[in-house]
Amino acid sequence: MIKAVMVMNTQGKSRLAKFYEYLSVEKQQELIRGVFSVLCSRAENVSNFIDAESIFGQDSRLVYKHFATLYFVFVFDSSENELAVLDLIQVFVETLDKCFQNVCELDIVFNYSKIHTILDEMVFGGQVVETSSSEIMKAVEEISKLEAASNAISLIPKSASGWRSR
Amino acid sequence: MDAKSYAICFKPSSSALKRSNTTRNWYRVAKLEQLKTIGRELTKGSQGGFYQSKEFLDLVKSIGEARSKAEEDRIVLSEIETLKRRISEPDIPKRKMKEYIIRLVYVEMLGHDASFGYIHAVKMIHDDSLLVKRTGYLAVTLFLNEDHDLIILIVNTIQKDLKSDNYLVVCAALNAVCKLINEETIPAVLPQIVELLAHPKEAVRKKAIMALHRFYQKSPSSVSHLVSNFRKRLCDNDPGVMGATLCPLFDLITNDVNSYKDLVISFVSILKQVAERRLPKAYDYHQMPAPFIQIKLLKILALLGSSDKQASENMYTVVGDIFRKCDSSSNIGNAVLYECICCVSSIYPNPKLLESAADAISRFLKSDSHNLKYMGIDALGRLIKISPEIAEQHQLAVIDCLEDPDDTLKRKTFELLYKMTKSTNVEVIVDRMIDYMNSINDNHYKTEIASRCVELAEQFAPSNQWFIQTMNKVFEHAGDLVNIKVAHNLMRLIAEGFGEDDDTADSQLRSSAVESYLHILGEPKLPSVFLQVICWVLGEYGTADGKYSASYITGKLCDVAEAYSNDETVKAYAVTALMKIYAFEIAAGRKVDMLPECHSLMEEFLASHSTDLQQRAYELQAVIGLDAHAVESILPSDASCEDIEVDKALSFLNDYIQEAIEKGAQPYIPESERTGMLNISNFRNQDHHEASSHGLRFEAYELPKQTVQARIPPASLASTELVPVPEPMYPRESYQTTTVPSVSSDAASTELKLRLDGVQKRWGRQTHFPSTSTSNSTSLKTVNGITQVDGSNTANSRTRETYDSRKQVEISPEKQKLAASLFGGPSKTEKKSATGHKSSKPSSHMVKSHAPKSSMEVASEKTSVQQPPDLLDFGEPTVKSTAPSLDPFKDLEGLLEPTTQVSSAVNHSSTAAVTKSPDIMGLYTETTAGAHHKDSDILSGLSNPPMTNMVGGTTTMQVAQSSKGPNLKDSLEKDALVRQMGVTPSSQNPNLFKDILG
Repeated sequence: MIKAVMVMNTQGKSRLAKFYEYLSVEKQQELIRGVFSVLCSRAENVSNFIDAESIFGQDSRLVYKHFATLYFVFVFDSSENELAVLDLIQVFVETLDKCFQNVCELDIVFNYSKIHTILDEMVFGGQVVETSSSEIMKAVEEISKLEAASNAISLIPKSASGWRSR
Repeated sequence: MDAKSYAICFKPSSSALKRSNTTRNWYRVAKLEQLKTIGRELTKGSQGGFYQSKEFLDLVKSIGEARSKAEEDRIVLSEIETLKRRISEPDIPKRKMKEYIIRLVYVEMLGHDASFGYIHAVKMIHDDSLLVKRTGYLAVTLFLNEDHDLIILIVNTIQKDLKSDNYLVVCAALNAVCKLINEETIPAVLPQIVELLAHPKEAVRKKAIMALHRFYQKSPSSVSHLVSNFRKRLCDNDPGVMGATLCPLFDLITNDVNSYKDLVISFVSILKQVAERRLPKAYDYHQMPAPFIQIKLLKILALLGSSDKQASENMYTVVGDIFRKCDSSSNIGNAVLYECICCVSSIYPNPKLLESAADAISRFLKSDSHNLKYMGIDALGRLIKISPEIAEQHQLAVIDCLEDPDDTLKRKTFELLYKMTKSTNVEVIVDRMIDYMNSINDNHYKTEIASRCVELAEQFAPSNQWFIQTMNKVFEHAGDLVNIKVAHNLMRLIAEGFGEDDDTADSQLRSSAVESYLHILGEPKLPSVFLQVICWVLGEYGTADGKYSASYITGKLCDVAEAYSNDETVKAYAVTALMKIYAFEIAAGRKVDMLPECHSLMEEFLASHSTDLQQRAYELQAVIGLDAHAVESILPSDASCEDIEVDKALSFLNDYIQEAIEKGAQPYIPESERTGMLNISNFRNQDHHEASSHGLRFEAYELPKQTVQARIPPASLASTELVPVPEPMYPRESYQTTTVPSVSSDAASTELKLRLDGVQKRWGRQTHFPSTSTSNSTSLKTVNGITQVDGSNTANSRTRETYDSRKQVEISPEKQKLAASLFGGPSKTEKKSATGHKSSKPSSHMVKSHAPKSSMEVASEKTSVQQPPDLLDFGEPTVKSTAPSLDPFKDLEGLLEPTTQVSSAVNHSSTAAVTKSPDIMGLYTETTAGAHHKDSDILSGLSNPPMTNMVGGTTTMQVAQSSKGPNLKDSLEKDALVRQMGVTPSSQNPNLFKDILG
């Protein structure tokens, strides 16, 4: 299962942190710092995998991907495949990109709850439930639409493209 | 949208993703500009309802501009103050409230406490508005854990929401279920979730399955009756739901393979359909049909086919198809390929598939991508278990990976080497590992690699010298990280030497060990465990070969004790070593001059707060005062491997008892013949029961009165005077013995009874013990002392001393007499006997000796009885070899020789191989090489490994491993058994290396 998903920038500022097993706020911060200290010491053109047992304990692997100013980090156990998780990161980022049309770090900062929504559509309780970015997009857009509808104050000029079924 | 247009920092489609510094610098400059424009845009709400206010924007902006962590903290703290104030205002509009909560989540992500807002998040989930509700759910799943107090307020809402008509509400609730429902609350939501498995929306079905999976992880029993639902969902119309079902099934199958063998056919047919692109196009990913589902299925098949020929045969075709169809140019294609390799190496082997797997591996290893190399190394590690010859073709690639600057890859490669170690390549691999170990700072990994070195060295060591030298290196660099047992093994190895016949070789080994340790002592900051070994070896063998004078060795030992003055264990080892040196000197008839620093050290230890150190110091003092004959029998030289016989009948006391009886003492009456026993043991039993039931005792003090009233049995005199009624360990009882004889006999006899019942644990004896003996043999020793009725008196009196030498004051003169008879013979004076008695403990040669052993040494009665094995017999004594004795410490030729042979052989055999690091090439010499150098055998490592050979090798290895037994108890028992059979462990040992070297 996936243990944690983190997004942090190259200065080590946390942009998104989601742990699928409960950890205290202090512990979370400690882990984020631990991950960052490993990440920033990695050279370029090396593998995207890190043996994370010293940070996360027994049976944990870490896969990260560096995009512009951001690190996307997934921590998981032996029931996942490293290369596949690397593609999962790709799916996540592609989805973000579709959502925000050329996503940048600021989009992630400002659309904090939307990022969580997207991630929840992909990874549910530590398991990958959806790996198609267009499916995730559909779900997220529908959520936005219904949320907006349920909210009395409608302030959305709907930029979202129409919902199409599969 | 124009702000957006220059916000394009990355587009996550392969080539554009390469980070470039120029882009990044540009980005930093552009960032602040953007903040304004994007902010404006966001306030317009272009992002589909995800509205953020100017305040939040300002917060993010100021945090982004913060120059230091302190400044950031200040900003966040003031934000927390603002939120605290705002959030408790009445009548906040929902939209505002949502934003506050999101800001709270944000604050907590930055590591600050936002617990004041938790309750507001909980309130939000009760709201009717989907937007607010979802935000509330998001916040609570991030804030709370399943045992939080507020959960009780949420469960009810979750129950209601799971029944909602709006599927998004249901999904949000399911999300919360995964995170917030604990074992106790599972039944509250379980029925609704089971209903949701039939929900018309596939997204809901998927999530309901995941929620059940989560329950299974938290408490397998809670959903054990629902397993059939998972099987049913496997046939769901929606492939996404089917894919999701594979997650829980994977877990279930991991835990119990056999119950799911019937599904093999279904899984295979699903995989076949997926691979043949029968799924909707929407499931394709980078032109691969549903690769994530394929990966999950292959993982499951690997489990199901493991050592099951029949099941495996069903899989061969489909796995072979996937091997062919896989697009190895894309990342995800390689992921599927890797999973195929894993599957092939796990199921019953099929030559054709193994071939495809080997091809795939060589593609991975030849790739430029570090990721693929990593996967290749990992896959290789899996496959060599089945077809060891495959490693040979990839020797260069593996060496490249070992030299790679990428740490992840390097570690993976070491893992591979660890897996393929055998007696022929162990030297090279372990040397490499130690080198790497020295170069890293990560303690976690250092520990791991150190323990691997030790494991490999113990398993495959070609010679004892090499083993000792390797251990020295490991200790020196990672001494504080390795298990203490490793040190004990090393000590035992030095003590036992190579074998039985070659005494000169043994002494050579020892003196070279002494020499190397004297040299190593010059280095600063040695790890404690290593110092213990050094002290022990110096004490035991420091003066054995006459090369070093006693004063030189004792000087060194004193230096150790002074330099590491805050390490009591090391000091204790040093004192005992000093005592041994002095004892050997006295026994050899030389005059002993204690060094002045030694004197001052003893002064210090005699007043030490540690009773252990204090006692050792007193013992040292006592030993020095004895004559040569006594010392010789207390601490015979080079006797650490001698077996110590225990005469449990204490027959050597017969004369003494006879004498006492003739003088009119009462004979000992066995407990069974004693009256007044019964009611007391009843009482004790009752006491026992009540204590164990943890209940309050209301009639606590009635029965003890009866005991006091009990008559004075004839045995009482005997018990205090000479008959060895087992003496209780603890002061309270001993006090009774001397002051209230009437009680004592009863108490003592019951005590005896109780001990036989194994009650002694309850009486706190073990709390006394650890102060003296840290070794795990304590319990065994105790048991020995107890089960032997006659022997227990002596054992007890001694044990009491060991826990505190001051207790001696309380020992009655009668007992001292008895002790005198034990240690010095009846003719000795009382004072003399007392000192003899004192020294009983250290008289044995083990550093942490224990009483029964030493007393028996003195008694020198050789009736073979089961007795506690000594410290150094912990592991199974298999680390033996008949390798010729060289001096491993002085001249390294012994070690270097094989290496040079290897490299020369490499020159002979493979020209390609010479290019890099010749020493590692020993792993991969080509087939011809082995023939040339059959004598050295080093080359046969990977050179010519037919399947059978490999199997043979591994089984020997396993045997060695299992007989080594990390389990202390096992090895103790085994050891005891060996001794019972009347064989010393050293002669019993199979020659490990002979086996391996064939």
